[in-house]
Amino acid sequence: MARTAAGNAARAISSPWASVVAVLLAVAWTTPTLGLLITSFRTQEDIQTTGWWTAFTNPWFTMRNYQEALFGGSTSLIDYFINSIVITIPAVIIPLLLAALASYAIAWTKFPGRDWLFVGIFALQIVPLQVALIPLQQVYNVLELTPFWRVWLSHSIFALPLAVFLLHNFMKDLPADLMEAARVDGAGHNQIFFRIILPLMKPALASFGIFQFLWVWNDLLVALIFAPSRQYAPLTVRVAEMSGTLGGQWYLLSAGAFISMIVPVIVFLSLQKYFVRGLLAGGLKG
Amino acid sequence: MTQIVDKFLAMFGAIALFAVVVALIVGIAWLVGRLRSRSSDRLQGVVYVAPVVLMLAAGLVYPALLTIRQAFGGPTGDVGFSLTNFANIFTSPELLRPLINTAVWVIAVPVLATVVGLAYAVLVDRSRFEAFAKALIFLPMAISMVGASIIWKFVYEYRPAGAAQTGLFNAIITTFGGDPVDFMQSRPWNTFWLIVVMVWIQAGFAMTVLSAAIKAIPDEVVEAAKIDGSTGWRLFRSITLPSIRGSVVVVLTTVGIATLKVFDVVRTMTGGQFDTSVLALEFYNYSFRYFEYGTGAAIAVLLFILVLPIVIYNVIQTRRDA
Repeated sequence: MARTAAGNAARAISSPWASVVAVLLAVAWTTPTLGLLITSFRTQEDIQTTGWWTAFTNPWFTMRNYQEALFGGSTSLIDYFINSIVITIPAVIIPLLLAALASYAIAWTKFPGRDWLFVGIFALQIVPLQVALIPLQQVYNVLELTPFWRVWLSHSIFALPLAVFLLHNFMKDLPADLMEAARVDGAGHNQIFFRIILPLMKPALASFGIFQFLWVWNDLLVALIFAPSRQYAPLTVRVAEMSGTLGGQWYLLSAGAFISMIVPVIVFLSLQKYFVRGLLAGGLKG
Repeated sequence: MTQIVDKFLAMFGAIALFAVVVALIVGIAWLVGRLRSRSSDRLQGVVYVAPVVLMLAAGLVYPALLTIRQAFGGPTGDVGFSLTNFANIFTSPELLRPLINTAVWVIAVPVLATVVGLAYAVLVDRSRFEAFAKALIFLPMAISMVGASIIWKFVYEYRPAGAAQTGLFNAIITTFGGDPVDFMQSRPWNTFWLIVVMVWIQAGFAMTVLSAAIKAIPDEVVEAAKIDGSTGWRLFRSITLPSIRGSVVVVLTTVGIATLKVFDVVRTMTGGQFDTSVLALEFYNYSFRYFEYGTGAAIAVLLFILVLPIVIYNVIQTRRDA
């Protein structure tokens, strides 16, 4: 069976040692998260006086920290949780559909200069967000956009180069016969795009959609600049703020951290396959 | 409660508005298609591409040009041409330290993440628990850098000697009779402790890409090498490593570019204090806290200039491999 070069290398580094190292790495990678997770279910007093590992010998767990972090007046993370949802959904849908339309045009219509345009869009991937933020803020101020719109638009714009790149790579591999047959039957580009292409592209759309979802949900920079106020800020902004102001209050901070992680972790665990596929197809981001 | 309803209404409103925009695009494309002229096919393509081109031009290209312009103005972003802002970055101590730290980050994070990711990919390759073992390492990729920072802040938690240590590292140190360390304040090592967090986040990405590359090596190549007598470490050095060189370069560059721009970790863990700041955090501080737009713009441009050689090297490598 295990005939890969890596498998051989691992066995030659002699299998017991290879296994030990692998297990050690896995433990080292998991322990920090596990520690904070256990902490988030301990009482405030326990957290302050003993390490989380004592919970193994003296288990005593509570949901109080989560209740307080979510609904308590000083943190009220539930508000920020809703902001995160409100920010993320449009910021995924908008660039996804626009990029799909553009990649279709670049791959399957014959307007002049499309190759150059594709290269140009691709090249924009290397422009760091930082380079666009200050002028963008000034433009938004002139247009008097609400913070939500500022965040939606910014995330959409910043996502487009990578989205067009990935979707185009997928799109151009679709069989040309399919498009030609549809054209012969009298279908226009609109029909081909919505009836044939979009359904065929589900895997690519899912893969990039998840990528964008995680990226927007986990973003701090864009939110900090365009939606820092309590009414609009997502979880990341509030949790980062708590880490500064409530530094020692681990009972709130640990619960807050996991409230901000729960959605991306669920998305990751249930759609891991697509996420990995997106990573493998992916180039540079941001 | 009404506030929550308002927010969701705003969201659905935005989606509805976007649907109208798409309908408009499709409608125009349809009208153009009706023309049945020779150029209608081309025109439809232009209609489809237009929104993306407009958004990128107005939201990325034009702002980037403005920022570059501002970087060459005065510290507060006023007009005129000078190199003051760049000179500032390289001469003022408050910015020199972040500059050096950024260099350390950009070298250390990609190398460490790649080494760990590659080692792990090799060690768990085709083992019985491969999928589960990989998910463990990969999970940090799914959480925010803010979340990751808080997880690690807790590992580094410091209490004065004598008090019960609730941070894992200090608990281990004191168990073995050592004095507790205030990891976040012990310069210059604190920068290293922050780098650990970023490596922890990025190793999963490195592992995934490199594991896929390893699996793509044809069995025959491995068999042939084994018949020639290569096994173990030699097989790894002479077959595996050269075969995945392209992927290693991609991982190093991607992680390097991500690291160059990272500020969440530093901001959440130390706020940039105790000599731990990096350029991307100073960009934020200068642009949005001190309102020295010119200096902020210059840092942003510097980040861009630093990305370029990494990207160019990557492009050359990919071409050579192709």
